[in-house]
Amino acid sequence: MHIYLPIAEISVNILVILGIGAGVGFLSGIFGVGGGFLATPLLIFLGVPAAVAVGTGANQIIASSVSGVLAHWRRGNVDIAMGLVLLAGGVLGSTLGVFIFKWLQSLGQIDLVIKLCYVIFLGIIGGLMAFESVGSLLRSRRKSALGQHAKLHHHNWMHGLPFKMRFRKSKLYISVLLPAGIGFFVGILTAIMGVGGGFVMVPAMIYLLGMPTSVVVGTSLFQIIFVSANATFFQATLNQTVDVVLALILLVGGVIGAQFGTKIGAKLNGEQIRSLLAFIVLAVCGKLLLDLAIEPSDIYSIATLTPKGTVQ
Amino acid sequence: MNRRIAFFAICLTVLTASRETVGDEPLIADLDSHLVAITAGFTGTELLLFGSIQTDGDVVVVVSGPKQDVTVRRKDRVAGIWINRDSVEFTSVPSFYRVATTAQEGLDLPSSALRRHQIGIQNIRMRGPAGAMADQVATFEEALLRNKTTVGHYDPIPGVVERRGGRLFRTSVLIPANVPIGTYTVETLLVQDGRVISAQTTPLFVNKEGFSAQIFRQAHLHPMLYGIVAIFLAGFAGLAANWAFRKI
Repeated sequence: MHIYLPIAEISVNILVILGIGAGVGFLSGIFGVGGGFLATPLLIFLGVPAAVAVGTGANQIIASSVSGVLAHWRRGNVDIAMGLVLLAGGVLGSTLGVFIFKWLQSLGQIDLVIKLCYVIFLGIIGGLMAFESVGSLLRSRRKSALGQHAKLHHHNWMHGLPFKMRFRKSKLYISVLLPAGIGFFVGILTAIMGVGGGFVMVPAMIYLLGMPTSVVVGTSLFQIIFVSANATFFQATLNQTVDVVLALILLVGGVIGAQFGTKIGAKLNGEQIRSLLAFIVLAVCGKLLLDLAIEPSDIYSIATLTPKGTVQ
Repeated sequence: MNRRIAFFAICLTVLTASRETVGDEPLIADLDSHLVAITAGFTGTELLLFGSIQTDGDVVVVVSGPKQDVTVRRKDRVAGIWINRDSVEFTSVPSFYRVATTAQEGLDLPSSALRRHQIGIQNIRMRGPAGAMADQVATFEEALLRNKTTVGHYDPIPGVVERRGGRLFRTSVLIPANVPIGTYTVETLLVQDGRVISAQTTPLFVNKEGFSAQIFRQAHLHPMLYGIVAIFLAGFAGLAANWAFRKI
């Protein structure tokens, strides 16, 4: 059953898109990650133009974040003050990101930059996860249970920054520049890569800001809603790369997949989950890298600048 | 089958009409449909061009799509990966091109006439950059033709215009699923003794229609509104999903 995607301008099998949505939703249910960093490359592999895959990715993430944040909200696991500071940086970052995106598109380098960003980030995250899970697998074999407790906060240069603010829920008293800066950086990634950025945001909140793990995911999801909404708005306005039909099909699949994923995820143990995710992330990274490194069948490519007159 | 009946019916009218009223007209041609509607389930179509000639000679049909600006980029290997480096921009390039003729062994026309009427893929007119190295631009132009052929917008092999009973001719134009939208021109030429003695131009409109077309139009005409609607659609979908699965 084929459907013509109005913005991607290709005809695709609706079941394939539903399958990608369900598969990514399933994984995000198991691993508790947003899955944008898997959905966007899969759409690119399918033949959706990279720019449209990114714009649509941002749109679809709004749905999964809204759905996800409600559960955390009910448990009181959202630090709104922190979320708003992250968000302030994120809105600036994602707006700048869309302008960078448009500039790269005019240079003809957007596909390359999107793919390179994916290779770099998937490589780092996948590598770290693989390293950590191999390490902890070895450690658990040795069964050495050394009760090492890390200090809650390390005092360093970050605590010398101005504009300090108290974040009650996170039990922190830190400069707003730090979370705003993180938000800004992740906002740029949202616009260029079409991801929520949870996979960068969550580690940054835990290791850089020192937030308690309980509020990290909820707060991250809370601000992702607004940052990806901002990215969607600017992608639609400046680049016309948001395909609502594609986004809706993806999220229908995603919602169903996530429900099954959550159930399976509860049965697996943490280490198995982490090694599995590391493997998937590295596989996608490897495929993207291979595409960039292998000589293309035609080294020439054409791009059509749509004249304004053709829109009727 | 329907199509064939329609063809003969139309030809009959053309023939009788040409005898009675426009007997001096050396060339009459028309399309069976002047509109190609691209809907959600569009998988391509076939158009029928038919007509009659009053003298001997060869018939050539040139279909060309709306003009576009095209950037051709060449990749080079930089630090192990393939990156777009040099680029050449061509203006007023036809987005779609097909040619068909009755003369399969080659037309009796000088190259200047072939070039003027854009007969054959190598004679398509496009403007390259001014003052650039000619041989450099030529490789990029070749690449443009090759890429357009690969996606099916150009066809380097001329199609066949069939003769029927000496005075009638017909040809079919295959329109692929990925056809560019816009206003096309279909030019029919009558060639005799090394020159074009008659020509007729017929328009053809290729439009997106239906639900997909509406979305495409809104995205380009009201991009801000489109963005806001996209955000709210996704937001409500998220709420609905959360609500639905809490009930289960």
